[in-house]
Amino acid sequence: MSEQEDENWTLVVKPKTKWFDLHLNDLWHYRDLILLFVKRDFVAVYKQTILGPLWYIIQPLLTTITFTIIFGNIAKISTGGVPSVLFYLSGITMWNYFAECLNKTSNTFISNASIFGKVYFPRLAVPVSVVISNLITFFIQLLLFICVLSYYAYTSSVVNLNSTMFLLPLLVLIMAGIGLGMGIIISSLTTKYRDLRFLIAFGVQLLMYATPVIYPMSVLSPKQKSILLLNPLSSIVETFRYAFTGIGEFNIYYLIYSFLFMIVVLFLGVVMFNRVEKTFMDSV
Amino acid sequence: MSKTVIKVENLSKDYRLGEVGSGTISRDINAWWAKIRGYENPNLRVTDLARDSSTVHNALKNISFKVNEGDVLGIIGKNGAGKSTLLKILSRVTTPTSGQFKVRGRIASLLEVGTGFHPDLTGRENIYLNGAILGMRKLEIASKFDEIVAFSGVEKFIDTPVKRYSSGMYVRLAFAVAAHLEPEILIVDEVLAVGDMEFQKKCLGKMKDVSEQGRTVLFVSHNMNAMQQLCSKGILIEKGQLAMEDKIDAVVNHYIGISKVGTLSSEGFARRGNKSVLFKSFYLSDSKGNRIDSVMMGEDLFINVVVEKMTEIKSLDVSFTLRNSMGEAISHIQNMDNDFIIPSDDQLIALRIKLDSVLFVPNTYFISVWAGCNSEAYDCIDNCMSFDVLNNPVFNRMVYPHNIKVFLRSQWSII
Repeated sequence: MSEQEDENWTLVVKPKTKWFDLHLNDLWHYRDLILLFVKRDFVAVYKQTILGPLWYIIQPLLTTITFTIIFGNIAKISTGGVPSVLFYLSGITMWNYFAECLNKTSNTFISNASIFGKVYFPRLAVPVSVVISNLITFFIQLLLFICVLSYYAYTSSVVNLNSTMFLLPLLVLIMAGIGLGMGIIISSLTTKYRDLRFLIAFGVQLLMYATPVIYPMSVLSPKQKSILLLNPLSSIVETFRYAFTGIGEFNIYYLIYSFLFMIVVLFLGVVMFNRVEKTFMDSV
Repeated sequence: MSKTVIKVENLSKDYRLGEVGSGTISRDINAWWAKIRGYENPNLRVTDLARDSSTVHNALKNISFKVNEGDVLGIIGKNGAGKSTLLKILSRVTTPTSGQFKVRGRIASLLEVGTGFHPDLTGRENIYLNGAILGMRKLEIASKFDEIVAFSGVEKFIDTPVKRYSSGMYVRLAFAVAAHLEPEILIVDEVLAVGDMEFQKKCLGKMKDVSEQGRTVLFVSHNMNAMQQLCSKGILIEKGQLAMEDKIDAVVNHYIGISKVGTLSSEGFARRGNKSVLFKSFYLSDSKGNRIDSVMMGEDLFINVVVEKMTEIKSLDVSFTLRNSMGEAISHIQNMDNDFIIPSDDQLIALRIKLDSVLFVPNTYFISVWAGCNSEAYDCIDNCMSFDVLNNPVFNRMVYPHNIKVFLRSQWSII
C-alpha cells in the first residue's frame, strides 16, 4: 500500500479527540434527520388525543387564568399597569419556550439510549430538533398572545407597540440558545449523575420565580433588581413585555449580557455534549 | 490489488466493571482537582488501587485487520467473544479505549432492524424517519420509496400506524428500509434471525445482491451456512483477540473445529442409534496421549474413544468416517480392518486407534463415529471431532492442485 493512498481516509476514529473538534458539519449533513425528528415530535405527541394541537393553546390559557386568579386576585401582586391576563400570558409564552427547551433536551441521552446504542448519527441532532419543534409550539402560543393583544388593543389603550418589537427574533434566539445550552449540559451530566434529572424538574420551577414572569421588574427595589438581572432570562421576558405593551424595562446592555451568556453556555454545552456522546453508551 | 476501505489498527476496548465514578459530584470534583494538580485521587482507598486492574474487562485486545473494497467479511466468534463490541466501535456507537480505525467511504450499520421506529407514526412516516436515522437523505428515500414498500409487502397498511402491525410486518418493513441503504460499507449484525423462512431467503438474496454490486459488507452471524454463502473472507474472534483471518471456509471450519474438537463429554451432540451402546468421550491425541487438534502431514494420529454398554449386546463393531471440509468422505476405518474384536462383555471399553502417517492434503477434517453390529446402529455421531492437517516441509511441496485430497509417497527413478 503506497503512502499516498494511506492518506485518503474519509473517517479516522481515535479514542481521544481534541476538545474543540465539534464536527458540526456532520450535523448539517444530517439536516433531513433533524427535520424528521421535529415532525415526529410534533405529530406523535397529540396522536390519539381528541383536541389534538389545540392543547398547545389550552395549556397557556389555563395557566394564565390560574395565575390571574392566584397572583392577581388573591395575592394581589402588581402587574405594573398591564391588564393581568395580558401580563401573565406574555410572561408564560416566553417562559414556556425556555422551560420546554430545557426540560426536553436535558434527558437527551437517557431517553434516546436505545437508538443511540444501535446507530450512529450526530447526537446533537436530537436536542436541536427539540428546540426547533418547540419553536413551532412557541409560534402557536405567540399567535394566541397576539389575538389576546389585539382584543386589548381594540377595547382599551394599554397596548403600546413599539420598535423594540423587531427584537423578537433575537429574544427567541437567546431563549432557545440558553435553553439548549443548559439542557445539553444537564443531559451530559445526567449520564453520570442521575440525581440531576429530579433536580431539573423543580429547578425550572424555582428559576421561574427568579425571572419576572409573575411580577414586573418595576416593583423591585434597586438592589433586588440588580440581583434579578444576573439572571439572563430576566431581561428577555421584560423586553418582550415592553415590546408589546410599552410597560416594562428595556435596556440594550442587559440584552447584550444575555446574548453573551447564551454564547458561553451554548459553547460549553456543545463541548461537553461532544465529550459525553462518545462514551456514554458504556455507562448508561 | 483492490483498495483498502477499512483499516483497523490495534483496537482495544476496556470496560470498567462495577461502579462508574464515585457517584457524587463533590467527590468527583475533588478527584478531578487533585488530578490536575498532579496528586493521587484522595477518595481512592488503598484497596481500590489493588482492585483497579481486576475490575477492568478487556472486551477487545489489540485487534488489527484490513478489509478491501468489495470484500464480504464474516466475523465469527462465540457469544461474549467481542464481536458485538467490535461492531459497535466500527459503527461509532462507542469509541475504542486505544487504537484506531480508518474508513474510506460512507458507512452504515444495521445492528438492529427498525431502530427509531415510532409506534404512533404510520408506515410511510417511519420509512422516512428510519431511513434518515440510518443516514439516508430525504430525496434518496423518496426515490426508493416504492421499492421499499414493494419489498416489505405491506402496501395496504402503509398509512396505518406501525403499532397496529403484526410483528412480522413490522420487521419486514424495517428490513426493507435497511436493505435499500446504499452505503459503500455496510455492517450487519444477525438481522437474519428474524422473519419466516421465505423472508429470510429474501434477505439473504438481497445481501448477496449488495455484495455483488461491489460494496463492502461486514457480517456477524451464528449461522455458519449463511456465512459461507455470503462471505468471501472471515475473521475469528476469541476472547477479545483476533484468532484467525483467512478465507471464509477455512475460518468456519476452524471455528466448528474449536467448538467441538477433543470433547471429553459426548453430551449435547445429535446422535442416532438404538442406544445399546453410547460413546462417552472421544478425542484426538498424539502418540504420548496429549490432546491435539492438528497434525503434520505424514505423522501419526490417535483417536481415543470410550464406549459404554447400556444393554446386553452380542458383539460390537466401531467405525470412523473421515470427511474433508467440503463434506466429502475421504476415508473409512473400522475394527475389522485388522481383525480386531472388541470385547463385548465389559461395561466400559476404552479404545485407542492409531492412524499411520496421515497423508491427507492440508485442510480441516471431520470424523464421524459409529458403533453397531452389522447393519444395526447402536450409536452414531456425525462430525464430532475435527483436526487440521498441516503442510509438512519434509514433502518439499508448498501447494497442491485444487480438489486434490490425498498425497501418496512416491519413488522416482529412470529405468
